Formats: sequence, C-alpha cells, structure tokens
Amino acid sequence: MAYLHRISGTALAVFLPVHFWALGLGLEMDGFLAWTEQPLVKFAEWGLVVLLAAHLGGGLRVLALEFLPWHDWQKGLAAAAAALTLAVGLAFALAL
Amino acid sequence: MNAQRETLLWVAQRASAAVLAACVLVHLATIIYAVRGGLSAAEILGRTHGNAAWLTFYSIFVLGVAVHAPIGLRSVFIEWLGWRGVSRDVALLLFSFLLLVMGMRAVLVLFA
Amino acid sequence: MSPLAVEVWRGGAQGAFQSFEVPRHPSQTVLDVVTYIQRSLDATLAYRFACRVGMCGSCAMTVNGIPRWTCRTHVDKVARENKLVIAPPRNLPVIRDLVADMREFFDKWARAKGSFGGTQTRRDDFARVPPDSADRKQVDAGIECIGCGVCYSACDVVAWNPDYLGPAALNRAWTLVKDERDGATIERLRAVAGDAGCHACHTHMSCTERCPVRISPTAGIAGLKREVAKAALRGKL
Repeated sequence: MAYLHRISGTALAVFLPVHFWALGLGLEMDGFLAWTEQPLVKFAEWGLVVLLAAHLGGGLRVLALEFLPWHDWQKGLAAAAAALTLAVGLAFALAL
Repeated sequence: MNAQRETLLWVAQRASAAVLAACVLVHLATIIYAVRGGLSAAEILGRTHGNAAWLTFYSIFVLGVAVHAPIGLRSVFIEWLGWRGVSRDVALLLFSFLLLVMGMRAVLVLFA
Repeated sequence: MSPLAVEVWRGGAQGAFQSFEVPRHPSQTVLDVVTYIQRSLDATLAYRFACRVGMCGSCAMTVNGIPRWTCRTHVDKVARENKLVIAPPRNLPVIRDLVADMREFFDKWARAKGSFGGTQTRRDDFARVPPDSADRKQVDAGIECIGCGVCYSACDVVAWNPDYLGPAALNRAWTLVKDERDGATIERLRAVAGDAGCHACHTHMSCTERCPVRISPTAGIAGLKREVAKAALRGKL
C-alpha cells in the first residue's frame, strides 16, 4: 500500500499540469476531447481515477494512524484503502 | 531552524490532505456523474460557466493541490533521488507556482 | 528429513553467499543451523548470539529477506523447500559475515535524545507515577525495547535515507516525552523534529510488524509528530 501511495502521488503530480492545460482550453476543448476517445486514452483515464482513489485511500489511512488514538484495528486500514480503490475503479469503469 | 521548518511542512501536508480528501470525494462523484454519455466542451461549459459556488470550490481545490503535491514530492526527491540542498526546494517551489497558475487559469476559463 | 540447503553471507560489504548442507531436525531454530555450521562445517564463520532464548536480541539476522531473532525463528516456519538464506541485519555496515556494526544505531539513539533528563536530586522524595495514568500506559507500551535493531533493519526509510533516526531511537524518545519525571522535553522534541526525524516516517509499519517484543514504534512516532506540531504551533520549538 505504501509504495502504491507514493507511485500514485507522483503520477498524479505529473498528470495535473496536463489536466490543467486541457481544462484551460475552454471552448476549444472539443479537439482534445476527440483525441481522448481512443481506447488507450480511455484506459489511461480510468487508470488515473483508480490512482486518485488509491492515493485518497492510502492518505486516509495515514491520517487515521497519525491522529486517531491507537487501536489494533488500524492495521487493517490498508485493506480498507484497497477496497475503496476497487469500488471507485469499478464505478468509473461502469460510467464510461 | 530545521525542526521548525520540517514541522510546519508536515502540518501543511496533513491539513491540505484533509481539505483535499473532501474535495476529491466531491470531484470523483461529480466526474463519474458527468462522464456518462460522453463529454463535449459545450456540455461542460454549459454546466460550469458563471457558477460561483463551483468557482470557489475548485479554487480551494487548486490551492490545496499547490500545497500538497510539492511537499509530497519532496520526500520522494530526498529518499529516491537523493536530491539534497536548496536547489531541490527551489524546484519544488517553482512546481507549486506552476500548479497554482495553471490551475487558477483553468478555473477562471471554466467557471468565471 | 532431507537436509537444509543454507546460503550464508561471508565477507564484509563485499563478499558472497556460501552454500552449506545442514541436517534438518524437527524443532530446530535458525540459530541452531548457524551454530551447527560454525561448529561442524566452517569454524571461521562469525556470528552473534548470547542468551539463545529470546531475551537479549543479540542474534538478529536477515532470514530469507526478513529481519528476525534467529533463536526464536523455527526452521519449519521459514524454510520453503528446505532452503534458507541467512545474511547480516540489513541497513547496518557489515563487520564480517553475519555480524553488523551497531554503532550508528546507538549514535542515532543519542541524537534523538533518547536518554532520561532528570530534575530531582537524592534529597527529593520519590516521584509518584500512577501506572494506569494515560501517559504512563503509553510509556509502558514502548518501554520494553532492548535495542536489538530488528525494526531498524526492517525500515524502508532507513534504507532510503541514511540520516533517518529510525524507529527504535524515536520510540525511545517518545517514551521519555511521555515520562512525567523527565525534564528535557523541548530539547528532545527539537532533536526528533530535525531533517531526518519523526516526519520522515511514512507509516509503512514494517517496524511494528517485525518487532519481537511487540512494540509499535509507528504509534510512538505518530505521537511525536503530534507533540512536535503542538510545540511548534505554540512557538515553543
């Protein structure tokens, strides 16, 4: 989980400037949106959403460990984070 | 004062994490809803244009990202790239600025 | 039972694994295996041990990639297909074969101010510390550390950042921060909050998973993060 947290964070950090650039196109976005219709790009989009959910899940785990009083069940947070990630991935895949 | 700096970076990282957690949950739900049936510029802008509430929301989102991402990358740079010294933190500050500028530009284009 | 195929690290930082064939017995520990090799196969093998019964922490080594007390590791639990790979504890300089140089481990303990700062003299009365006070319970949860170095060997951040103080030193600092008799709290918080201090912990929890006396340094380090933040926000740091 920890490695996933780090890799997903780095990937998102690299992705964001591109994301902001695309959004900044405004009304001229349609050309770009047409490009994103390719299956490989759709898959990458889905991948990014999963990475975002994974990073959120891992991050919630860190916040719980650092700020909540210590309990043994906290060791299961990694599993909970993984479950959240899968759920979001599925939801997005179904929506596409 | 290293201790002071390291501590404030940690506080900023956790605080921005909490804010972003809320923002990301909203954003994920919104995107999953919006992406159904495909996307077009007109459709997106029709929803977002002139919307003050979403403008505020995404401005906070951008600010949170500009704080959170560089501090996160800082650990990766130190531990996996072995990048020591001031140049590392200067690079990260520039990256933060980049995210802020590009992010706010996107926010204004879509929501103003 | 078929014999064990054991690979043992020989040499210093440069070296190689040497293969030995060791008779396998029911109820055998990895320390038994190492002892057999040194007594019967190669007397030049260097390794550390003392009590042999899981109390001193001297016999810590890397067994099939995982840091363990070899006297408390049954061969049955770790030997897949009769194979064992035994190496010195990770993240520490190797002196020879299975013996590591523990100096940096204890130097970091000192750098984290992991020693008691008293405020009383012999003329003062005893401190009365209720054992069930919230603070004392937290101290007790981390106090049994015997400095074996298993957590230090298990830690990813120690591997990635040579300056990182490490779980044992930080855990000890935590037990002192929560000790109401200690008077060196601010100095200690400054010591642990530096460049490669408590904030470098990413809660991977390898230390907690591997600690042979069931301490959770992650919990102590999380506590330090909170205490340091409180002190910094009050301008005390």
